Amino acid sequence: MEKTAGKVCRVVGPVVEAEEITFLRMLDMVEVGEDRLVGEVMRLKDDRVFIQVYEDTTSLKAGDPIYSKGSPLCVELGPGLMGNIYDGIQRPLEALEKAEGFYIKKGVHVLALDRTKIWHFTPLKKEGDNIKGGEVIGEVQESSVIKHKILIPPLIDGKLKWAAKEGNYNLEERIAVVEKDGRSNDILMYQRWPVRKPRPYKEKLTVREPLITGQRVIDTLFPLAKGGCVAVPGGFGTGKTVVEHQIAKWSDAEVVIFVGCGERGNEMTDVLLNFPKLIDPRTGKPLTERTVFIANTSNMPVAAREASIYTGITIAEYYRDMGYNVALIADSTSRWAEALRELAGRLEEMPVEEGFPAYLPARLAEFYERAGRINTLNGDGASVTIIASVSPPGGDFSEPVTSHTKRFIRCFWALDRDLAYSRHYPAIGWVESYSEYLDDIKGWWHDNIDEEWLTLRYTIMELLQKEQRLEQVVKLVGTEVLPQAQRLVLEICNIFKNAFLQQSAFDEIDTYSSARKQFLMLKAIAALYHDSERLIKQGASVTEIRELPIHQEIMRMKTKYTEKDLEKLAQLPAKVEESLKGLEA
Amino acid sequence: MKDYSLREYVGLQEIVGPIFVIRNIHNVGYNEVVEIVDEQNKARLGVTLEVGKGYAVVQVLGGTSGLSFDNCKVRFKEKPLMIGVSEDVLGRVFDGVGNPIDNMPKPAYGEMLDVNGLAINPTARDYPNNIIETGISSIDIMNTLVRGQKLPIFSGSGLSHDLIATQIARQARVKSESFCVVFAAMGVKYDVAQIFIKSFEDSGVLDRVSVFLSLADSPSIERILTPRLALTCAEFLAFKRSMHVLVIMTDMSNYCEALRELSTVRGEIPARKGYPGYLYSDLASLYERAGMIKDVKGSITQLPILTMPNDDITHPIPDLTGYITEGQIVLDRELHSRGIYPPIACLSSLSRLMKDNIGIGMTREDHPPLASQLFACYARVKDIRSLAAIVGEEELTPLDLLYIKFGDEFEKRFLSQGYFERRTIEEGLDLGWDIISILPKEELVRIKEEYIQKRYKKKA
Repeated sequence: MEKTAGKVCRVVGPVVEAEEITFLRMLDMVEVGEDRLVGEVMRLKDDRVFIQVYEDTTSLKAGDPIYSKGSPLCVELGPGLMGNIYDGIQRPLEALEKAEGFYIKKGVHVLALDRTKIWHFTPLKKEGDNIKGGEVIGEVQESSVIKHKILIPPLIDGKLKWAAKEGNYNLEERIAVVEKDGRSNDILMYQRWPVRKPRPYKEKLTVREPLITGQRVIDTLFPLAKGGCVAVPGGFGTGKTVVEHQIAKWSDAEVVIFVGCGERGNEMTDVLLNFPKLIDPRTGKPLTERTVFIANTSNMPVAAREASIYTGITIAEYYRDMGYNVALIADSTSRWAEALRELAGRLEEMPVEEGFPAYLPARLAEFYERAGRINTLNGDGASVTIIASVSPPGGDFSEPVTSHTKRFIRCFWALDRDLAYSRHYPAIGWVESYSEYLDDIKGWWHDNIDEEWLTLRYTIMELLQKEQRLEQVVKLVGTEVLPQAQRLVLEICNIFKNAFLQQSAFDEIDTYSSARKQFLMLKAIAALYHDSERLIKQGASVTEIRELPIHQEIMRMKTKYTEKDLEKLAQLPAKVEESLKGLEA
Repeated sequence: MKDYSLREYVGLQEIVGPIFVIRNIHNVGYNEVVEIVDEQNKARLGVTLEVGKGYAVVQVLGGTSGLSFDNCKVRFKEKPLMIGVSEDVLGRVFDGVGNPIDNMPKPAYGEMLDVNGLAINPTARDYPNNIIETGISSIDIMNTLVRGQKLPIFSGSGLSHDLIATQIARQARVKSESFCVVFAAMGVKYDVAQIFIKSFEDSGVLDRVSVFLSLADSPSIERILTPRLALTCAEFLAFKRSMHVLVIMTDMSNYCEALRELSTVRGEIPARKGYPGYLYSDLASLYERAGMIKDVKGSITQLPILTMPNDDITHPIPDLTGYITEGQIVLDRELHSRGIYPPIACLSSLSRLMKDNIGIGMTREDHPPLASQLFACYARVKDIRSLAAIVGEEELTPLDLLYIKFGDEFEKRFLSQGYFERRTIEEGLDLGWDIISILPKEELVRIKEEYIQKRYKKKA
């Protein structure tokens, strides 16, 4: 019989106070009451502990026992994560459904990783090898696209005394024994790691490569780097979730961790039902083969919502340590911050801004710092990229979560309500958004796509800036009175917005554009601009240019040319030149 | 087994607003039911908000008026708040705490359910499919309502949200036999509740409706319970009796105010505008009870109504609601004052579930591009109108003038329709083409050419 570590003496919502405690440390995991609700020690004060409970606390009483688990809140890391769906504290939701039916009941304990499942293990190290923490000692084909590297837990090193032969094992069977100073450690295919502690790596590197998302406004205007962080703020209905889904679907990360943190149940269902059907363009396999889901919807317990972000990032770091480029998508960090606020309120902590606790910026910084491009302990290059949506109340970007987040990220995709209202999606506004990664990643574009990329991008950004100023004038006097050269700027921006920036997530062809296609489209628009500019100096009018068939062709090029027709798309600038010549004559 | 329900205490310590503290008790669980019997021997319901060693903080759903330190008996029921449910709740009228007020006895019930409900496992949910044809074009064509969706109406005081809700309830019913309505009124006036009840009566569905009324003169604290009772009934009808339930909740702003009142009395740290930090989680615990479940036939569709204080959509109540619900129908005061019914502001309204439920095989293949094009053109109209307000219509280009014409027709013919008019999706789409054909073809860049060729109406 397990010993009790204390007794409940007060219950307020998800926070429980306990007294008569023995052996409880900060952040230790505990189980509360006879239902064994999972909780975590948040504060020690005099002879009392404050525990945040990850499940509904209804019917808990003073005097109920507390049991200590003797370790901080941990996740299980090993084969079986891929394609699985967990709640905020890594309970497998599908297994819960099988056990308990369609409602989530409390006090149910199911292990995160299936112990009975057999995996085919291939050893990569020989007996007698010297082994360090974080090294790869074997592999398991976890899904059709992911080779799961079996890692030595970071804190273990020594000589490999015994290694299992290639064969089928379950997670309970040891696959290696590492010996140091006469003490031997059994190595299993899975390990545990405390969620609030970043996993170690050899060294951090600067970012170099873009994360290609297939979304034109992102890759071309405000690119994100592998190992970078981006915040996606937007009021409700501005399309945050669709942007995040698109990145989960099309980005060229090898592993995607999707954290639905305090969001809608139906949205999560949409993801869960759709991803198995969607085919990853790079591997030809369903997207679930490379995705781990964490779903803590808004009606699930608030404390588990707070933990879900950490559970997600720890799993992301684990796959990073295998040498993969991982993208963590968190929807939404505001709900996480609100969970923090709610718990801080229950713990009676002093609030600073809008009720948020003073340590909000520190927590945000810690979280975003867990992203990055690194060399793993095994010596491989790998990265974790964070894509975090922010839901500012009232769409006001000056609120605490958005403004603090901005301090720790280098890329910002501001979703604009006016764009969303006119159903211009993705509604990433080009005035407020920015990316500081341009200089880091321009080399990749130049080496892999075209030397001209950055110049073209700046050309078009400059036009958008100009348009912004012209719009002020147009609002007062209309377009009729503007000189032709300025009307051309408006027209090109109009084309750019409709034919390039706007991208339908629900159109088969338009949903994804390769980097090459994006460049060619950009080039076609730039060609139209430069050639028309020349023509207008000679006295042509914008209306004449608008009426040319090439205008319509450019307007519709995003869906007209598939990824297979890029050759033809590359001909567009020449076509533009030719048809404008007609006007000259 | 010991029957704890007989355990009675006398002697309160402190009474503030709807809350009291009682000491020298034991074995009381958090969030459990308390029965308070007052001097007149009448029982009021309460729930424990906080429990500790030898004390409990209790909120009294019937209000604390008339209670003193020692004139009442307190019984702890040792269970969460439950409601008895059966199909007999249909056709009945209850007050805000679930007592019948239609002069009939309590309905027989087969099952007791916890009013707080449980979270649906996301893996067990089924994605809402099957649209609900409401017969209102600005909803069906532009912001399609889907079975299992939660789509609130963001209104302002004096706007016609009640009419729209009753029109939806009346016109949406035909599609399925096992359709029923659960109606929860929180803090609304008697006449507003009567509008609903009369409308149900007129359309002959009253026996398929279950009504929970917590009117403006009931203790405000009661409103915290009312929607939970309604939703628990709805869950029973949907998931255990395979019915398609439409839940109308009005007015969510009153619910949130009751929550704020309670929070203030407890001295909690407020977040925005005095509302508690957990308002989002609390609202989610109501709204997220909508949905569908795999392999279960029924569904819960929610139509919460809320009045935006000062028509401000960034106010915490509509704001947090919008973050939880799958879109919103926003009513517009300007359209309303121009006599356009339903005054649905198309641009700020949204249905998130629309995208997966319209188009080929569901409505008509040209529905998604047409809707998107109508949105884009109507947004342009708004820009041009504000320009026209400055420079005058004479200064506009011929194209701009066409847009203005399109905008007027769109509002007068498309948005506007009668309270009893039922427009099919087919009719709505054709009307849309009719109106959009005012604009030249080249402007319709969001529609594929083949649809334009097939549907675009050339001017005679």
